[in-house]
Amino acid sequence: MPVKIYLPTPLRQYADGHDIVEVEARTVGEALQNLASKFTGLRKQIFTETGGVRSFVNIFVNDEDIRHLQGQETVLKEGDTIYIIPSIAGGSYD
Amino acid sequence: MVKGRGVVSLVGNTPMVRLSRLERPNGPKIYAKLEMLNPGGSVKDRPAVYMILDGVRRGLLTREKTILDATSGNTGVAYSMVAASLGYRVKMVVPANASRLKVAKMLSLGAEIVFTDPLEGMDGAIKKAVEIYESDPDMYFYPDQYSNPMNPRAHYETTGPEIMAQTGGRITHLIAGVGTSGTLAGTSQYLRERLPSVRIVEVQPEGEFHGIEGLKNMNGGMRPSLYREQIGDQLIRIPTEEAEETARKLLLKEGIPAGTSSGAALAAALRLSVDLDSGLIVVILPDGLQVGGEGVKRVRP
Repeated sequence: MPVKIYLPTPLRQYADGHDIVEVEARTVGEALQNLASKFTGLRKQIFTETGGVRSFVNIFVNDEDIRHLQGQETVLKEGDTIYIIPSIAGGSYD
Repeated sequence: MVKGRGVVSLVGNTPMVRLSRLERPNGPKIYAKLEMLNPGGSVKDRPAVYMILDGVRRGLLTREKTILDATSGNTGVAYSMVAASLGYRVKMVVPANASRLKVAKMLSLGAEIVFTDPLEGMDGAIKKAVEIYESDPDMYFYPDQYSNPMNPRAHYETTGPEIMAQTGGRITHLIAGVGTSGTLAGTSQYLRERLPSVRIVEVQPEGEFHGIEGLKNMNGGMRPSLYREQIGDQLIRIPTEEAEETARKLLLKEGIPAGTSSGAALAAALRLSVDLDSGLIVVILPDGLQVGGEGVKRVRP
């Protein structure tokens, strides 16, 4: 089913400037993989070399961190939205 | 010794410690300036005191006004602490993905917090702070830490002289990360005026998408107007994972609890030390370990 993925500002340059990308997926992992296949520059930004999500990258399905769900195995429902958010203020310069 | 001017008089004069267990045999000495030991828990206490007291002196901050600024955490805690001590109100504009611990500290110090969209990062928070200020300029004192000359001035007058005294003038390399760039600008200016041969090393996160709180990759987004290119003699970019790993190493080998931005600065020091046979590196560690406090608070502001 189609799901929307919201990207934070520093990642948009790797996705032709889009802030929202729609992909077809049944799970969160599938959605992220399809996103990274569509925009290959995003792969290194989001994933480690072994395929996990990088330590500071938080993936939310609606309001829930996937660490509190089933991680990348989390099954998506119709209308779910995925957010990719760094664990601190992205582009922070405090 | 009793300090009479309240918490403001406890800011600065932080200790420096040698990191012998992280030094390379027959390599340079590495000294760490422990800024997490400021009363607010970070280096940001220094500019917060300077910016607020400057506002009071110039009549820009009066009793009716509220201190307003955008922050990803540490500056907000510092403003809130100084304001509580001097009797002012604060309104902090914070991306909703800021550290929970720092948000909790600000709230407990009486700050009002306005959350902004985490997808927009610090740039979104800054835009919101400007918008709030412009909606009612008479109601707010907006120091704007990204452009306020009192930010580097604090380091020119305190951090620089402290490092000079603590090393007996033997420092050969200064290493610090840049966020607003106030720490590196002010400290390096002081040291260069007295020690023309001192080498200044600037640390930035590798990539614009990173997890090193407080630091900024200057290629992307809004650049702080304080920032000058070639602020250092050398620029080292550190990936988030290396910063996290180095902070862990500092904790386990030296027992020093430091945050990721400290890990980034130290990682740069360790990289630099490989190329040096001697010398005295001073690395500024901006804040402390945040156990259990990290993580995203909410998706939407």
